[in-house]
Amino acid sequence: MLELRGASYRYAGYAKEVLHDVDLRLDDGEIVGLVGPNEAGKSTLCLVASGLAPASIGGTLRGTLTIDGVEAAGLATHELAERVVVGFQNPNTQRSGIAATVFEEVALGPMNLGLPVEETVERTREAIARLKLEPIVRRDPQRLSGGQSQLVGIAALLAMRPRHVILDEPTAQLDPAGTRLVGEALRALAGMGTSLLVAEHKTDLLDGLCTRVVAIDGGRIVRDGPAREILDDPALAELGVEPPARARLSRALAGLGVDAELVAATAATEAGS
Amino acid sequence: MAASAESLGAFLIGGYLGPLAILAVVLASAAIAGVAGRLVRISLLLTLPIAISVVLVSVFTRAGTHVLFSIGPFDATTEGVDFAGQTLVRLLAISTSIGLFGLTTDPRSFVLDLERRGLSSRFAFVALATLEAVPAMVERAGVIQAAQRARGLDTEGSVRARLRGVLPLVGPVILSSLTEVEERSLALEVRAFGRPGRRHLLWRVPDSGAQLAARAALLAVLLLSIGARLAGVFPSLP
Repeated sequence: MLELRGASYRYAGYAKEVLHDVDLRLDDGEIVGLVGPNEAGKSTLCLVASGLAPASIGGTLRGTLTIDGVEAAGLATHELAERVVVGFQNPNTQRSGIAATVFEEVALGPMNLGLPVEETVERTREAIARLKLEPIVRRDPQRLSGGQSQLVGIAALLAMRPRHVILDEPTAQLDPAGTRLVGEALRALAGMGTSLLVAEHKTDLLDGLCTRVVAIDGGRIVRDGPAREILDDPALAELGVEPPARARLSRALAGLGVDAELVAATAATEAGS
Repeated sequence: MAASAESLGAFLIGGYLGPLAILAVVLASAAIAGVAGRLVRISLLLTLPIAISVVLVSVFTRAGTHVLFSIGPFDATTEGVDFAGQTLVRLLAISTSIGLFGLTTDPRSFVLDLERRGLSSRFAFVALATLEAVPAMVERAGVIQAAQRARGLDTEGSVRARLRGVLPLVGPVILSSLTEVEERSLALEVRAFGRPGRRHLLWRVPDSGAQLAARAALLAVLLLSIGARLAGVFPSLP
């Protein structure tokens, strides 16, 4: 379990805090979506929840971050890396810059953990298979498209088999097929007991993937509840977050006097028969 | 190992014969590796600026008793020509040795093999990242240049126009590289880069028994050369 309690964070050199009194808990095997407008504090929350802020980037944190019962403040960055990983939205900065092939890039994390070669190779192959990267496994990581780079970055995190995963817009550069692949990989990871926090603008990905969704605005958590309840909330649009297609369709059908639930149930029955 | 032994050997043996013998061995090795043409071109290009200054300074300023010809107040002496000749053959032996190493060794394999032999992973990363930084920056400059051209920047035409086109690239290339540094270092930390202790590398550079024997032989020759130099067997250095 990863838990933030009363977390307020201020970047080094800044006078004001950008996160205010945040309480957030990720249970094992839980996928929590994080939504909010630009500049709401999503990326900062990702950094704080991963322990990188303030451990690596400095700044001041009030409140506590506990990872599996251990307070993160006492952990070195490599000890944090063994418990929680974080993926950033720019795939170019995710690359190590020293790997000759995609395989080596994905294997870098397990290698750094000091694992035996056999285990590193096994983890790397599994992560590559999960995101269907086999066709590009021998390619130079610097010669990939944005979407491919993003998938490689996520595979590199999966290969570390962390207990907790935090992803900041993991599908920003992915097409629908790539987004689906990431969704399936994250679901499988949660099935193995990993907890995930996924900050995303694509609410369609979060809808159906997440058990819970948290909405943040102005550095404060303004909504926290079951995914469907939060994503269906009309107030979400006021925060600048586009509701998922399912919610928009339901609303449009309701406007026409059609029961969306009934339509969905009928479609499911017809598909089944 | 070979490049170091040959470069040091060229200095230790001195005279003409030793460095020329090393040069012959290097060129024969380059011919076997199929890089002789490129090696000669690169070595000559690298050596030429130093060679010109060595020849001018040595020939005209080296004190000597036999004056070959004079240009103004400067006398070209036999001793100066001899000194320049000996220095040139040594320079060529050294530049071809290092050039052959560069042409036949993959830098990534070299650094990773050094790490396998005990180099710290941090140092290996710095070395590799430095090697990768240049093509990455060239690529970034290309992207920024394309963006600037799309907004009307003229980067073609005379040398002056091209230079004018380079200036607007410098700021964005450097600044964007710097802004990425923090996120890049965070991404590395997330992947346990800061973990102390050794890591198990995925592959090893092939190293045959013959290669091992050749390195041992070169090391022995180098040690013998040092001994011979100290014992005064080789001609004295100019």
